[in-house]
Amino acid sequence: MSLQFLADGMIAGATIGLGAVGITLTYSILRFANFAQGEFITWGCYVTWLLAAAAGAWLPWSAQAIDPLSVGLNVIFAALVAMLLTGLLAIALDAVLFRPLRTAGTTASAAWAPASVSAVIASFGASMALRALIEAAVPARQAYLSTELQIAIPLLGGVRLTPDQILLLAVAVVLAVALQIMLTRTSLGRSMRAVSENPALARVVGIDVSQVIRLTWFIGAALACAAGVMLGLVVQIRPSMGAELLLPLFAAALLGGVGSVPGALIGGLLVGVAEAATVQLLGAQWRAAVAFLVVIGVLLLRPSGLFGRAH
Amino acid sequence: MPDALGVIAYASTFLTMALIGAMACLGLNVQWGQMGLFNVGVAGFVAIGAYTSALLTTAPLEGRLGGYSWPLVGGWLAAIAASGIASAALGAATLRLKSDYLAITTFGMAVVVEVILRNAQHLTGGSFGISFIPRPFESLAPRPSLFALANLALTAALVAVVFLGLQKLVRSPWGRVLRGLRDAPEAAQALGKSATRYRLQAFTVGGAIMGLAGALQAHLIGFIAPDDFEAALTFQIWTMLIIGGSGNNWGALLGAGVVSALWSATGLATGAFFPAESQARAAALRIVAIGVLLAATVVWRPRGLLPAVVPGQQDPKAGADPGLGRHFDGGVQ
Repeated sequence: MSLQFLADGMIAGATIGLGAVGITLTYSILRFANFAQGEFITWGCYVTWLLAAAAGAWLPWSAQAIDPLSVGLNVIFAALVAMLLTGLLAIALDAVLFRPLRTAGTTASAAWAPASVSAVIASFGASMALRALIEAAVPARQAYLSTELQIAIPLLGGVRLTPDQILLLAVAVVLAVALQIMLTRTSLGRSMRAVSENPALARVVGIDVSQVIRLTWFIGAALACAAGVMLGLVVQIRPSMGAELLLPLFAAALLGGVGSVPGALIGGLLVGVAEAATVQLLGAQWRAAVAFLVVIGVLLLRPSGLFGRAH
Repeated sequence: MPDALGVIAYASTFLTMALIGAMACLGLNVQWGQMGLFNVGVAGFVAIGAYTSALLTTAPLEGRLGGYSWPLVGGWLAAIAASGIASAALGAATLRLKSDYLAITTFGMAVVVEVILRNAQHLTGGSFGISFIPRPFESLAPRPSLFALANLALTAALVAVVFLGLQKLVRSPWGRVLRGLRDAPEAAQALGKSATRYRLQAFTVGGAIMGLAGALQAHLIGFIAPDDFEAALTFQIWTMLIIGGSGNNWGALLGAGVVSALWSATGLATGAFFPAESQARAAALRIVAIGVLLAATVVWRPRGLLPAVVPGQQDPKAGADPGLGRHFDGGVQ
């Protein structure tokens, strides 16, 4: 059996891991499972696609593919702007939907439900609306970030990767390391961890909790956008692309241990490799069942995940 | 007067569809409204009921399992049993987890059910689904309005039976224990009530009712396919319950009516205002409308149109807990 599935799994896993960071951050800081996270992936990818097309039309030289990659400067520029915009989208969504649920006077959808459960229901509604908005706005035809064919470069052990894929893995590693440094070494990162540990105490010692929440949404959604671009370079862009990734995102976040950013990334890699192995052994149609088995397995055997703190 | 008959047929079909939604919504109300169990996989349990009954009652088909030509009632009972058993199995594994984790596992269950519907060709017919499902009152089919009315009466009768049964259960000692465990788990457990056992019972009963809703859908339409059981269905049922009022069976019925009416009205509106070639895209706007409605309800009228009134329950405004970081089940890291 070729080891190619490991490489494919790592590529898919890096995408899942980046998307899962947002799940784990919103869970540990806002304390709810965000079912709208997959839509940030979709929106990020579509915004990139739109901006890249616009940039390519206005500045035709930018659409020239940068050798050896399959995309030009326009896509790279569009992806950076889209990360910013997707982050702002998440902050806007929080302002109109989740912040009212957090503030006093509005209790949950039922007297017995904690506010966090209302947030989950609201995020479920938001995800349907966000996805349907894209379906309504974008004509139903095939869309790609890149249509250029690439020759895969042979690496160790008969494994082949395209230059795009190598770059994507490198970008994923850089983003992960940058985020980890930010969380552990900067005062903003310390504020985020403080709010995650104990919001009331964090507020007492003068941490700007609202700012931490905005930052949480921004980071989670911007990384989801990056995941969307990675996905969009590999497959056709569809309105359901993010929603189909939602279960793997949850699986990665749970496997890594809720609240652990490195855990989410490693969890993503493991889920990606497990999916790729399943595709290799059983066929592509059963891929979606893998994430479910991971979720059930983690919850039954080790609810705190690989890197989470037991509680 | 063919026009009047057409109106009768249309209205009956609309009400029948609304009542099927109401049936699933009543099932969800047992799980969420009475017990606080957070099921995001409603479509999966509805699908299990629909496919079970369809496979048992259809005529044999080469290359596909099932086709035992069972009588309809047998298929429906089997649907109730199948969805109930599936709920019990998933519940036994996951009901001791906190609510968010239950949401994720039920969501995952629905994803897996959809994967099986689409890919297990020999069991489920794959993406083509199952057609020629026997319909009740088939002999009346040549007269559409009468046929639609008869089916409406049958559906209404079944929903009424389930509704009355649930109303009785809500007021029974069993129902009181459920709400006790929901509102004050420690106190109820101190009185010797096993939370896990009652949760499992509520989850199973709710799932079984969803299965019956699925069977009704299969037999009243006569055709099912994986597309009928996507996340959008779960979303519609949840919206019905939240808008109607969680915990209140009357609310479940009202919510089903409101959401179904909105669904039909937006369908007529998009049909009238958008040209034929952009119908598919306009249809997506209907989902946006319902999503916004759900979000608005959760924010502005969190307890729905008909809030549950339970004796001794605290006023919702009295114990408002502000806040970020409202811990649940001990919080998370």
